[in-house]
Amino acid sequence: MANNALSGRKLTQLKMLESESIHIMREVVAEFRNPVMLYSIGKDSSVMLHLARKAFYPAPLPFALLHVDTGYKFPEMYTFRDNFVKEIGAELIVHRNEEAIAKGMNPKEFGVARCCGALKTAGLLEALEAGGYDAAFGGARRDEERSRAKERVFSIRDEFGQWDPKNQRPELWDIYNGRIHDGESVRVFPLSNWTEMDIWLYIRQEQIPIVPLYYAKERLMVERGAMLIPYYESMRDQLLEGEEPTMVMSRFRTLGCMPCTGAVRSNATTIDEIVIEAAAARRSERETRIIDHGSNSMEDKKKEGYF
Amino acid sequence: MTSTPFNFELNDEIELLRLVTVGSVDDGKSTLIGRLLVDTKGAFEDQLLAVTRKKGAASEAEVDLAMLTDGLAAEREQGITIDVAYRYFATPKRKFIMADCPGHEQYTRNMVTGASTANAAIILVDARNGVMPQTKRHAHILGLLHVQHVIVAVNKMDLVGYDQKVYDAIVAELRDFCGRQGVDDLICIPVSALKGDNVAQQSGAMAWYQGRTLLETLESLSSLDAIDTKPFRFPVQLVNRPQTPDLPDYRGFMGRIVSGAIAVGDAVVALPSGNRSTVKSIDSFDGALEEAFAPMSVALTLNDEIDISRGDMLVRADEPRPAGEREVEVDLCWIGDEPLTERKKYIVKQTTHSAKVMVSEIVYATDIHTLERVSTDALKMNDLGRVRLKLQRPMYYDSYRDNRATGSMILIDPFTNNTVGAAMVAGG
Ligand SMILES: Nc1nc2c(ncn2[C@@H]2O[C@H](COP(=O)(O)OP(=O)(O)O)[C@@H](O)[C@H]2O)c(=O)[nH]1
Repeated sequence: MANNALSGRKLTQLKMLESESIHIMREVVAEFRNPVMLYSIGKDSSVMLHLARKAFYPAPLPFALLHVDTGYKFPEMYTFRDNFVKEIGAELIVHRNEEAIAKGMNPKEFGVARCCGALKTAGLLEALEAGGYDAAFGGARRDEERSRAKERVFSIRDEFGQWDPKNQRPELWDIYNGRIHDGESVRVFPLSNWTEMDIWLYIRQEQIPIVPLYYAKERLMVERGAMLIPYYESMRDQLLEGEEPTMVMSRFRTLGCMPCTGAVRSNATTIDEIVIEAAAARRSERETRIIDHGSNSMEDKKKEGYF
Repeated sequence: MTSTPFNFELNDEIELLRLVTVGSVDDGKSTLIGRLLVDTKGAFEDQLLAVTRKKGAASEAEVDLAMLTDGLAAEREQGITIDVAYRYFATPKRKFIMADCPGHEQYTRNMVTGASTANAAIILVDARNGVMPQTKRHAHILGLLHVQHVIVAVNKMDLVGYDQKVYDAIVAELRDFCGRQGVDDLICIPVSALKGDNVAQQSGAMAWYQGRTLLETLESLSSLDAIDTKPFRFPVQLVNRPQTPDLPDYRGFMGRIVSGAIAVGDAVVALPSGNRSTVKSIDSFDGALEEAFAPMSVALTLNDEIDISRGDMLVRADEPRPAGEREVEVDLCWIGDEPLTERKKYIVKQTTHSAKVMVSEIVYATDIHTLERVSTDALKMNDLGRVRLKLQRPMYYDSYRDNRATGSMILIDPFTNNTVGAAMVAGG
């Protein structure tokens, strides 16, 4: 497949995106003291990690991977993470907001916003501070959500990790300004210009391993309104009246925390079928993440320091 | 699944086209982009729902197309867009990245940002108003940024009775003006963004227009300025020395080929040292390559141990060299809060090279209203002008017209660390 990526002397759009992302990663490694790569185990992280391996080949990755773990990820995700990281010989740092976890933080009692705020946002800020990182790569894409459409590739954060939409540097050509003051840091988004479709096409082209939950299978699900909620035995007491788990042929378009990630009905069991399904999709992927439904929610979270 | 808009077998080969869209407030830019997104299905259903919910409307027909493209809450409250936003859409032939530039104050800064990466631009003109002073400003800036193709969408044709005479008059005036601004390729299309005429579908109301629709035009433009046929330029980003047990002596120069092509065995010169060597290998994760070309990111190894570090540039020994001077004259767009004045010092970043610079002379400023050259002692936020910079050490550059990558640079304020200027090497 590597050969048909070059048509004459022109790069396909995927190869253009690849080259652009590699360029960004190398700039960060050249200009920052202590970068780290956020790794969430999802498809976007998997693509970002693949690009990083390409960027620094034949050397090993010049930075560690950081997983901010909420403790609520799918068991399949932890298994995949541990195996894959070992296979490629990367350094993995797992950080959990132990204080909040000890207090029993969960979305049902405390609300989705507070739970995300504690386990993801606060957990991330803690982890970045603990590591003393001055640059952190994230796999966010501009096409995911409206407030991301204006995000920079290099997003400057103040000492509190916060983002000020009115104070972002213009980015001209592909010249990135990596100069920051002491205490400031930068979040870098090498996948800014990738769409969901590009991610799937690239996973297909490069045969990148992804968590099996992305592929359709008969799975135990609870149907709640229009949503399909994956069912695990530990959730028995969270069922609402009249709800019964049933087997549904389904898959996940995005992977977040178990209590907050919905599945979709699908028969796509291969990467080709996923690509076709993604092409025909009429609903954007974040729809299956329960957390984004309030208006402006992503923008508010970002101001507080979330990716 | 029968209605899939993609033939994904084809999709492996599609190319990328980067666009910038500009227009004054109310010309219909948001409506046009909303229309393109909806007609190419780049706007997903739940995003459409979020828009209609807010408006209290129920059906998709009532969706306010302009609301689809509004980004931040602060902007929605004020009903304006204050920053460049990037939109993505694709057809079976091509993927598009569109920089959406708001058309009010700050527009120069935003336009320059959006246009800096664009291969093509769409300028919106309201058919009722005709060519406005700001239309000329937009064309001027696109010429300055050397955007290859400029498309003028004469919008709201429905409000002028789809009248060919109105359209022809606007086109005649613009052709004459753009010719003088260094715009190489000007394409005009009469449209109604609201009704969809000539956007994705041929208009039934303008039989007199035989040309392509906007979307067909975007699909047919040549997407790259043949950068692989220009002289080879390889700014070194990093020197890769893994020093691992299996790679004890590996020394790879990592970077992006910003123009031209290179093959194993080619003789190269390192700048500024002038040291020569030949290419030993072109390495990539997918295997060693025999040749590579712009805009690929690769790692090169050389046959000789010559001293090369970040900020240096490799060029081919058999091709014209870039100029290596301690002074450079640039067209500048000032985007800093503090004005630029003579003798002020900044940091310049060009490709991977950073250095101190001093403004030795403001040659002229361009009056943004009349586009005349005027003399001045300061450039303020959103001003355009020509300045001379004195460099701490020689910098290797081409003119911006010859080479967008080696002819462009940003100026950084050493105290605030903000990006304050966008500069393009004059001449060529
Ligand atoms: N009749 C008509 N109205 C249009 C057309 N395009 C835009 N408009 C209207 O013009 C107004 C301004 O459009 P908008 O897209 O918000 O302009 P922007 O400020 O350039 O983004 C809105 O009320 C639109 O509905 C068109 O082709 N025909």
